[in-house]
Amino acid sequence: MTSNLVLALTIGGLFACGIYLMLSRNLIRVLLGFLLAGHAVNLLLLASGTGGVPPIVGQAKDGEAMADPIPQALILTSIVIGLAVSTFLLAMAYRNYQVTREPEIPEELEDSEYAGSDPSGGDE
Amino acid sequence: MNWLLPLAVILPLAGAGVTLVASRRPRVQRVISVGVLATQLLVELIMLLQVTANGTMVMHVGGWTAPFGITLVADELAAFMLVVSTIVALTVLVYAISQGMADGSETPETPVSIFHPTFLILATGVTNAFLAGDLFNLFVSFEILLTASYVLLTIGGTRERLRAGAPYIVVSLLSSLIFLAAIAMIYAATGTVNMADLSVKLPQVAPGIVATLQAMLLVAFGVKAAVFPMSAWLPDSYPSAPAPATAVFAGLLTKVGIYAIIRVQTLLFPPGSFGTLLMIAALLTMLVGILGAIAQSGIKRILSFTLVSHIGYMLFGIALASETGLGASIYYVAHHILVQAALFLGAGMIERVAGTTVLARIGGLAAAAPVLAILFFIPAMNLAGVPPLSGFLGKVGLFEAGVQDGRVLALILVAGGALTSLLTLYAIVRVWGRAFWRPVPEVIDPEDERDALQTESGRPLAVRRRAQQEAQRRVASEEAARLPVGMVGATTAIVAVGLLMTFAAGPIYALTDQAAANLMNRSVYVDAVLNSGVPSPPGATGEDGGP
Repeated sequence: MTSNLVLALTIGGLFACGIYLMLSRNLIRVLLGFLLAGHAVNLLLLASGTGGVPPIVGQAKDGEAMADPIPQALILTSIVIGLAVSTFLLAMAYRNYQVTREPEIPEELEDSEYAGSDPSGGDE
Repeated sequence: MNWLLPLAVILPLAGAGVTLVASRRPRVQRVISVGVLATQLLVELIMLLQVTANGTMVMHVGGWTAPFGITLVADELAAFMLVVSTIVALTVLVYAISQGMADGSETPETPVSIFHPTFLILATGVTNAFLAGDLFNLFVSFEILLTASYVLLTIGGTRERLRAGAPYIVVSLLSSLIFLAAIAMIYAATGTVNMADLSVKLPQVAPGIVATLQAMLLVAFGVKAAVFPMSAWLPDSYPSAPAPATAVFAGLLTKVGIYAIIRVQTLLFPPGSFGTLLMIAALLTMLVGILGAIAQSGIKRILSFTLVSHIGYMLFGIALASETGLGASIYYVAHHILVQAALFLGAGMIERVAGTTVLARIGGLAAAAPVLAILFFIPAMNLAGVPPLSGFLGKVGLFEAGVQDGRVLALILVAGGALTSLLTLYAIVRVWGRAFWRPVPEVIDPEDERDALQTESGRPLAVRRRAQQEAQRRVASEEAARLPVGMVGATTAIVAVGLLMTFAAGPIYALTDQAAANLMNRSVYVDAVLNSGVPSPPGATGEDGGP
C-alpha cells in the first residue's frame, strides 16, 4: 500500500485545527472543532482502505482491483453519528445562550455543593 | 437460543421508540419502560445460565459469518456484566419514577417526555457494548450510550447542568474521536475490525505499530473509565446531574470503559503488555482519587472521587494479567457497580430529606431517618471494604493476586490498595458521622447568625438556635416519613443485591474466575466466533442475509 502525503497532511491539519477549536469555552467553536476533527477521522478511515473500481459484481475486469467498501460503510455510520452529536451541541449552545445570554459556558458557578461549603473542608 | 442476544439489544431500543411515541402519556411510559427492562433482565438471566452451561454464545447478525458481518458475542464476562447492569438500570428507573424526576416535578422546566426514551437508549448502548463482537460495533454502542448520557446529564437545561455537562461532553467527544481514529488505523494495519479475527491477525503486525494502536485504545477507554490522568472530568460533571442519572452513570458508564479495557487487553494484545504502565496508572488513580475525596465537602463530590479512586482497583487486576487478578477484578467491577449506585441513590434521598448534600449543613439524620441511615450505612461500609462484605472479598482477591505476582510494583500496589481502603473508610465515615450521627449543626446560615448577633448575645441566641435545630430536625423527620416508597424500595433492592454479592460470594467468585480463565485462554472466544455457524470456506459470504 502506498501512502498519500497530501492526504496525510490534510488529516493532520484538520486534526490540529479541530482540537484547537475544541479547547474553547465557546460552544459554537467546540461544534466547529468537532466537525473538523470528525472529518479528519473520516478521511483517516477512507485512507485505511484500498482504492479501485466500484466494488460491484461484474464491474471489475480480470485483474482489476476493487475499492474496499468497508471503510466507506464505516464512514457513513460515523457521519450519521456526527450529525446526531452536532444537533445536540447546537441545541446545547442555543440553550446556553438562552440561560446566560453569552456564547460561552459560564466560568464558575453557583454549584450547590460549593456554595456555603464547609470552611474546614478545604475546597478551592 | 442465540436469538436471545439481539433480543437483549432490541428490547430497550424498541421500548425507547414506543415511549417516545407515547410521550404524552406518562403512565404508559412508566409501564413500558419498567416492563421492558424487567423483560431484558429475564432474557439476560437466561443468557447467563446458557453461557455457563453451554459456553460462549455467538450470533451472526443477518447470517453473515464472522469476519464479514456484525457479530454479537456473549461469554461469561459479558453475560455477567449484562445482568448486573440491568439490575442497576431497573432499580434506578423505579427510583427515578417515584422521585418524580421522570414526571418533571423536580424542576418545572424539565421536559417530561424525554426521560424514559433517553434512559432506555442508554440501556441499549450499554447492552450493545457488552455484546459487541467487533470494534466498530463497540464504537457505535459507545456513541449510543454517550449521546443518551449527554441528554440525561443536562436534562432540564439549567445553567448549572449546562456548565457541568460541557466538560463531560467535550472530553467524551475527544475520546470518541481517538477511538475511531484507532479503529481506522487498526483496519489499515489488518483489514478487519472483528475482535476474534484481530486476535489472530494482530500478532503478524509489527510490534511497534501494535503498541501504538494499543496505546490509542487504552487512552480512549481510559478517558471513559476515568483512569487517573484522564479522570478530572468526572468529579466535575457528575454531582450536578439529577441523583438517578448520577447513580446510573456511576454504576454503568465507567464500567463499560473498564469492560472495554479488559476485552482488548485480553483478546487483542500480547498478554501483560503495558502492564507496568497500567499498574502505575492504577496506583495513581487510587491514591489521587481518594485524596480528592477527603478534601471535598459535599457528599456527591466525595462519592464521585471515591468512584474514580476505586477504578484503580479494577485496573490493578487487569494490569496483573493473571487469572486470579482478572477474576478478582471482574468481581470487583460487579461489586462496585452495585455499591456506588446504591450510595448515589442514598445521596439523592439525603438531599430530599435534608434539602442539601453539603456536609456542613446536615446532621442528625440517623434519628430523623433511620431507614435511610441503614440504607446508606451498608453500602458505605461495603465500599470501604469492611469485612465480611463484598468490597473486602474483592480487595482480598486482588491483593492475593498481587502477592502471587511477586513483582515489586505489584507489592507496592497491594500496599497502595490497602492504604486507599483505609482512606476510603475515613472519607466515608466522615460523611456518615456528620450527616447521620452528630446533632444538627448549629450555624445554619451565616446571615441568620449575623442577625442573631446583632440583636443580642447570650441566652436568647442559644434559645433561638435550639429552636431552630429542633425545627430542622422536625422538618427532616417529616420529609423522611414522606419519602416515596419507590425510592426507599429501589434503594433497598439494590443494597440487597449488593449484599447478595457477599452471601453468594462463593458461586459468584467461581463464575468470575471461570470468566477470567476463558479470557486468558483467548482461543475459547476466537473459536466460538470464527468456527461457529455454517461451516463455509474462507472468503465465502452468507446467503442473501435478510434480517
